[in-house]
Amino acid sequence: MTDRTGPGLAGQDQPAWLIRGARPLGGEPADLLLVGGLIAAAGPAARGPSAHDLAAGVPPGTQVLDATGLIALPGLVDLHAHLREPGREDAETVETGTAAAALGGFTAVHAMANTDPVADTAGVVEQIWRLGRRAGRCDVRPVGAVTTGLAGSRLAELGAMADSIARVRIFSDDGQCVSDAVLMRRALEYVKAFDGVIAQHAQEPRLTDGAQVNEGEMSGQLGLTGWPAVAEEAIIARDCLLAAHVGSALHVCHVSTAGSVEIIRWAKSKGWRVTAEVTPHHLLLTDDLAVGYDPVYKVNPPLRTAADVAALRAGLADGTIDCVATDHAPHPLEDKETEWQAAAFGMTGLETALRAVQEAMVETGLLDWAGVADRMSVRPATIGRLDGTGAELHGCPLVPGYPANLVLYDPAVREVVDPAAHASRSRNSPFAGMTLPGRVVATFLRGTPTVLDGKLAW
Amino acid sequence: MNRHLISAADLSRDDALLILDTAEELAQMADRPIRKLPTLRGRTVVNLFYEDSTRTRISFEAAAKRLSADVINFSARGSSVAKGESLKDTALTLEAMGADAVVIRHGASGAPHRLAGWVRGSVVNAGDGAHEHPTQALLDAFTMRRRLGRLEGLRVAIVGDVLHSRVARSNVRLLHTLGAEVILVAPPTLLPVAVGSWPCEVSYDLDAALPKSDVVMMLRVQQERMNAAYFPTVREYSRRYGLDSSRMALLPEHAIVMHPGPMNRGVEIAADVADSVRSTIVEQVGNGVSVRMAVLYLLLGGSEAQR
Repeated sequence: MTDRTGPGLAGQDQPAWLIRGARPLGGEPADLLLVGGLIAAAGPAARGPSAHDLAAGVPPGTQVLDATGLIALPGLVDLHAHLREPGREDAETVETGTAAAALGGFTAVHAMANTDPVADTAGVVEQIWRLGRRAGRCDVRPVGAVTTGLAGSRLAELGAMADSIARVRIFSDDGQCVSDAVLMRRALEYVKAFDGVIAQHAQEPRLTDGAQVNEGEMSGQLGLTGWPAVAEEAIIARDCLLAAHVGSALHVCHVSTAGSVEIIRWAKSKGWRVTAEVTPHHLLLTDDLAVGYDPVYKVNPPLRTAADVAALRAGLADGTIDCVATDHAPHPLEDKETEWQAAAFGMTGLETALRAVQEAMVETGLLDWAGVADRMSVRPATIGRLDGTGAELHGCPLVPGYPANLVLYDPAVREVVDPAAHASRSRNSPFAGMTLPGRVVATFLRGTPTVLDGKLAW
Repeated sequence: MNRHLISAADLSRDDALLILDTAEELAQMADRPIRKLPTLRGRTVVNLFYEDSTRTRISFEAAAKRLSADVINFSARGSSVAKGESLKDTALTLEAMGADAVVIRHGASGAPHRLAGWVRGSVVNAGDGAHEHPTQALLDAFTMRRRLGRLEGLRVAIVGDVLHSRVARSNVRLLHTLGAEVILVAPPTLLPVAVGSWPCEVSYDLDAALPKSDVVMMLRVQQERMNAAYFPTVREYSRRYGLDSSRMALLPEHAIVMHPGPMNRGVEIAADVADSVRSTIVEQVGNGVSVRMAVLYLLLGGSEAQR
């Protein structure tokens, strides 16, 4: 198996790029020179058509990209995506999933463990990691299962996955809740040995038996079994207390209720090591979309109420919720073209995440672009341990000496979302037909473009 | 009227009254020696039943046949559905066969909504999951109006498992549209958490509700609720929420007792109550045919007129 040379880690032979006039973090226009996979120079944008401040350091053969009007952000990092390979290659593969990620502005994605076979051994996580290297458009960080087969009965070999070449640091049974309190406690304790974090899918199973939609007015009207907020909040509260008790790190997946935000705010106020993510769809959509029983709106945890959306936005704005994670969950058409209760849970999200966040957070004045960079790149990189000294370094500042992982984004356009145009193998986008702002124009992974002019660069 | 009848909420007050008045006219016919009208000759009505419900299927079948429609019964059991064919593929098959109306009974809430997106004919909801059963609500309203002469201002107590009841949902919506006042009576475990937003009153106390009620409608307690901690025991449920003759005595003299069937005699309703003169349970069955005739007549006859 060989890696493609373009986005490789060495990068000596790759052409240099000069990005002209982009606005780093939405600030003043600047030029960025990318050489050898790193940001070689950065400075105020040139005034004239030919001369510019960086001219002296530009090597021969440098490609120039006019990024006037575009915002430059550090390459986005997704803590939560289902790439479906191995096992459900009809829904997504690492190849198509990372293409979707690159088109969404991501340079690193975490691949959830609920594949078939489950990513619960060093062998499987190394396979997924290698598939990522071979696809090459995005760093793929496998998430390891907490329990063998996601069965919730005994711990998977967490240490072996941590020590493998995939260097797993996030462990999750996502899709299933680690509901056994003792098992959760042991997992939190055990991963302290290698600086791991347990990412919990918070869902009390007995309270959500057969659950289909948020329990509230809509579930009552529609006659669909309710998924009560308390089933999420009770587990989050328990896990925060467990994490505090054993002094370990808890990450809460896809927070969806106002009550969860309050509990996490309280846990953080105690100084406990608790982090949390929210999905783009929970920031933008509400449970009344289920009114026509179209399962494209069926997701777990379910879409909640407008009050929950407001609380999630406020929590993301004030930092209670650390980051946005997509929970990209592709499904083939036949798993969604069914009765609601027979349909699969999940929505695609990689290709629309930044646009949805602009709509929910930037257009509303809740976050500026520096804030978006923090919540979609810097903090998720920290939680995923991609901020250290390893080769796969993400969430870095756009200044000389750091890896050239970045996205160029045009916030001025508004376009209708068309899932048929997506690179994901699946089409189950809840934003289909909605008009969202923004367009990812280019993505660079270690100095090499993976996306140019809004299209895959290769 | 809409092309489909999926929810009682699809019906305006005028729509609902038109159906009831039409059903009244059609009911006269049931007394004639020849009970058949040629109205839907050449039209095809498919009964697509994913759940066993002999009484509802027979009622729709009788209604369609009395209007001279061709009836195809498509039962999930022993058909391609049992082999895993999707609802969509079944819909496309029915579409290709030229179904003018599909009457669907399905265990999944919202299945008729999905079906309506895949067929050109009219979709009639004959009960979907815990969502709705609009023709049941129409026949209930029809029965109330026949017995009590009006619907406006009528006080109707609906008693039992509201949480899982499509009959309750359709009745609350339709009776609200028609100006009746509904009170839901159930243990708190069998009410939706947000029932406070419904256009009706809610009570946990059956004895308090009965003296004020013109109609009491008892809902069936499903077997699977009995072992899922919704209430401690069947006996306790029956003591607190069952209608026996001593409770029936709390009702005003004119009040009627209804049940959509099938009954659990001795659980939600005592045998002597079910068989009493106040009971409309058998009448409801007969009225069901008239109301379903009216629905098919208005949905299909209407589209004929437009052609």
